[in-house]
Parts: sequence; C-alpha cells; structure tokens
Amino acid sequence: MTTDNSSITAPPGAAPVGESLGRDAWRRLTQNRAAMASLALLVLIVIVCVAGPWLLPWGLAEVDWNAFGTGPTLEGAHYLGTDANGRDLLTRVLYGGRVSLSVALVASFVSLVIGVLYGAISGYVGGRTDNLMMRFVDIMYSLPFMFLVILLMVVFGRNIFLIYAAIGAVEWLDMARIVRGQTLALKRREYIEAAHALGVRDSKIVTRHLIPNAIGPVIVYVTLTVPKVILLESFLSFLGLGVQEPLTSWGVLISEGVDMMESAPWMLLVPSAFLAVTLFCLNFLGDGLRDALDPRTR
Amino acid sequence: MLSYTLKRLLQAIPTLLIVITISFFLMRVAPGGPFDGERQLPPEIEANLMAAYHLDEPLPMQYLRYMGNLLQGDFGPSFKYKDFSVTELIAQGFPVSLEIGGLAILLALLVGLPLGIAAALKRNSTVDYLVMGTALTGIAVPNFVIAPIFALVFGVLLAWLPAGGWNGGALPNLILPVVALSIQQIAYIARMMRASMIEVLGSHFIRTARAKGLNEGEVIWRHAIRPALLPIMSYLGPAIAGIITGSVVIEQIFGIPGIGRYFVQGALNRDYTLVMGTVVFYGVLIVLMNLIVDLLYSALDPQIRYDD
Repeated sequence: MTTDNSSITAPPGAAPVGESLGRDAWRRLTQNRAAMASLALLVLIVIVCVAGPWLLPWGLAEVDWNAFGTGPTLEGAHYLGTDANGRDLLTRVLYGGRVSLSVALVASFVSLVIGVLYGAISGYVGGRTDNLMMRFVDIMYSLPFMFLVILLMVVFGRNIFLIYAAIGAVEWLDMARIVRGQTLALKRREYIEAAHALGVRDSKIVTRHLIPNAIGPVIVYVTLTVPKVILLESFLSFLGLGVQEPLTSWGVLISEGVDMMESAPWMLLVPSAFLAVTLFCLNFLGDGLRDALDPRTR
Repeated sequence: MLSYTLKRLLQAIPTLLIVITISFFLMRVAPGGPFDGERQLPPEIEANLMAAYHLDEPLPMQYLRYMGNLLQGDFGPSFKYKDFSVTELIAQGFPVSLEIGGLAILLALLVGLPLGIAAALKRNSTVDYLVMGTALTGIAVPNFVIAPIFALVFGVLLAWLPAGGWNGGALPNLILPVVALSIQQIAYIARMMRASMIEVLGSHFIRTARAKGLNEGEVIWRHAIRPALLPIMSYLGPAIAGIITGSVVIEQIFGIPGIGRYFVQGALNRDYTLVMGTVVFYGVLIVLMNLIVDLLYSALDPQIRYDD
C-alpha cells in the first residue's frame, strides 16, 4: 500500500505522519458506502433518541385514557401505537434508546479504560508481572460471566450505574489481550528506547507513547464491543434484571412486547426494529473501520 | 498430551474456587432470604428452618461446610423446590439443556460451514452478498427477539408446531427452540468460515496444489477445508458458553425445563444452593469444553503440540 503524502499539507507544528495515517484511514472509510450509510443512520438514531422525546406530545409514563393498546395511528399522535397501559410507544422507544445507548457508551468506555491500562501495563512491565496478570485474565475468561452479572443484578438491585459497571467489568478482557499484544510489539521500537534514554518516566511512556500507537486495533475493537454491550443490557432487561420503572430500555420494551405479542404485535416489532437496526449499523461500521485502519485484512 | 491434560485440569481448580467463592458470598450479602414469602413466617418456625439448613451459623462456617459437601459431590438441598436436592434438579434439567444445546451447535455447524464455504468460493458474487447479508441480520437480531417471533408465527399464527412446552422432548417441541438458539451461531460460523477459507485459498500450498494439476474439488476438499476449520474449532469453546447463556432465554420463552430456567428462578427466589449448584456446574462445563476444544485443535493442526 502506498500513501501519497505529497497531496496532504500538514499544518505547521503538527506531526505530518500521524496526520496522514488518520486521513488515509478516513479516506478509506468514506469510500466504504455501507459503513458511511451505517454511520449516518447511527447519528440519526442518536439524534432522534436524544431530541425526539422533547418534540413528541407524550411523556414517558403519561397515560392516554382514550388509547389502551391501540395500533399505530395518527389519532392522538400515537405514530407507533400505545402499550397496554396507554403509554405512547414511540416516546417510550426513544427514552429506552437513551438508556440503551448510554449503557453502550458508558460500559464500553469502562471496559476500554480497564482493558487498555491493564493490557498496556502487563505488556510494558513484562516478565513475572506480565505472566501473573495474563494468568488472571485466563482465569477470568473461564468464569461463567453471564451468571455472575445476573447474580450481581439480583443481589445489588436493578440500578443503572451497576449495569454500567458490571457490563464494563465483563467486557475488558479481550481489550486487555489486544493491547498487551500491541504493547509487546511496540516496546522494543527505537522511539521508546529514545524516550528511555531521555529519562522519561515509565508511566509517561505508557500513556504518551505506547497507548497512542496501539490505538488502531483498539478503536476497531471498541466498535465491536458497543453492539455486544447493547445486546447484554437488553438480555438482562429481558430477563427482568435490567433498569427499573419508570426508566425503560429496548430490552425492557421487547420483553413487554413478548408478553403482548398476540394482541399487540407492534409492541414487540417496534423496539426490536430499533435494536436490530442499531446493531446492524454498528457491525457494518466496525467492519468498515477494521478495513480502514488495518489494510492487511482485506 | 496426557500431562498437558492433567496440567490444564489442575489449572482449572483455582478458577472454580474463585467462581464458587464469589458466587457464595454474593448470594449471601444480598438482602432477603430464601424464606421470605407472601406471608411472614412465625419467628420460631423461621429460626427452626434457618437452623435446619445451617443458615444460623456464621458465614465462614457456612462456607466451609458448603465446600466440604461440595467435595463429596453434594450440592445440598434446594430451598424452594422442597423434597429435591440440587443434584437431583440438575440431573433432571441438564439432559434437557444438553439436548437443545447440542442439537443447536450441530445445526449451526451443518448450516454455517457450507454457507461460509460457498460464500468464500463465490466471493463477491450474489451468493456471497446474500449469505453475508443474512448472516449479519442473524447477528443483529438477538435470540430473545427471534424466539418469540418464531413462537408467534409458527406456533400461533400458522400453528405448525407447538409454541412452547417440552412434552418429554418430542421432535415437534424441539424444532423451534433449537432453530432459535442456533441462528446466531450459524451467522457467526458462516462469517468466520468465509474469512478463514478466503485466507487459506490465498496461501502458497493451495497455489502449489493447483499448479500440480489437482482439480478444484480436490484442492478444496483435501487441502483447503482442514486448515480453514481451525479458527472455527477455537470459536467452539466460546460458542458453547454462548449457547448455554442463550438457552437461559430460550428455556424461559418456550417453557423448557432445563437448567437455565432453574438458574434465573433460583437467583430471583434467593434459592442459594440451587444458584450455587448451577453456577458451579456451568463453570465445570465451560472449563471442560475449553479443554476438549484445545485438545481437538491439536488433533486438527499437527503444528500445535502440547508436550511441554
């Protein structure tokens, strides 16, 4: 692969090489139509979920006494129908989207921070520490995690902050392995040696030199973590272990929809469609980013 | 090989210890107990019950007692399903979960592998796009959405198959849960098989095989498929774990008397011993499955040997 550096003019003071790498990846990503369409759709979903509830006439728990379990209709502005308690489904789906997306963001971020720091330290320090830290990851891998998360939710009550933490604490393992591998490959490079020779502290080498250079695979992996997290949250909610009333999430809505599926199929189909489209887009975007950041995989 | 197996089994011991310890103490610090019901029990009766199950002892004592019993293969009595020991409940539920899960994995391999190979051989053709598009849908639509829709369409609207129930494992009752459970795995396996097949087909030994004049069928069957199967093998460990967790939902939706249902209900009812029993059981199962997968891996790939 050749990159035409001459066409890119770096602003004074910026590192031209880093810039061109990022731009190169961006150019490849923009050429991937599926990924760009997914990105646009995702942005749209986020905007709608954030701004939508303000524009709709109904509130999250507001009951329309004239419409219990009605299908999609323009009458009374229930564009996607109401649930069995007369609450507007579109409004609830959008509020649920806020919760599901926030879980996705926060939990992925938690797993990102733990995983990157753990992996970078393990790889950088090396030796016995590395061995010990990775053995710990191996042990964690063979835990039936789903069950521990379920236990956590049962034990400490269904609380959204606990969901953030529990899911984040489950998903960091792969990230730690990936970052460790990257770090091992990077730490013998000359610029690390140079930093050493200049007397830069170890903590600074890890945060300023190692982690930024290992960022490519990390970004790709994060986009693959986000759909997993959304799925996990809705799985918990589906089992009745997710967020509590009056809050709602796509998983909660789906499970309500399952109960009402025969008489009110839209209650199942609408939140399912939102969830599926979001997951679909995230997967496409993740694939696109992987192709863009790592040309070898093509 | 034998020493490797032994070493792995030894390594599994600390893992299981951690699992048991974490879940034991998690369950106990939870507010509420197994005898909280609709009706408040008279204090004497509750005290008697607590004493009968040794719940009045200090926590460390209970822990040691539990571990001691566990070493003798005794999971203790269930608090909610009176008259049943946890061992009996697991012995009842496991064959059911195993049947559903095993059939789902089998179905996933039987459908996923050929689809992935076909997509790789006809790369960038309509077949490829069709298979990969469908696979992505399978990944994006979780099984707790697929399962109820299946139950609604095939069970209620078309009434071809029973929408739920177990009926002693009769074939019509099996079809919907097994298919619902396998769809996501089919999608993953097809995608992985396509990717690894494409990689293998681009390698030197395939070029050599073609150059020496083997026909395409022989190149694919004799040379390409075996190495391409390797990543699938290592995926099977996590896949089995995934099937197990997936079956929690599927058993719930279709009303199947497997272990998954016991776990969720046990956790909600504070049935300490039942939850512990299922967690330990699944822990052992996952450890064993990972070991078997690793051993099979070495059988498929002679470059990997475990004789350190």
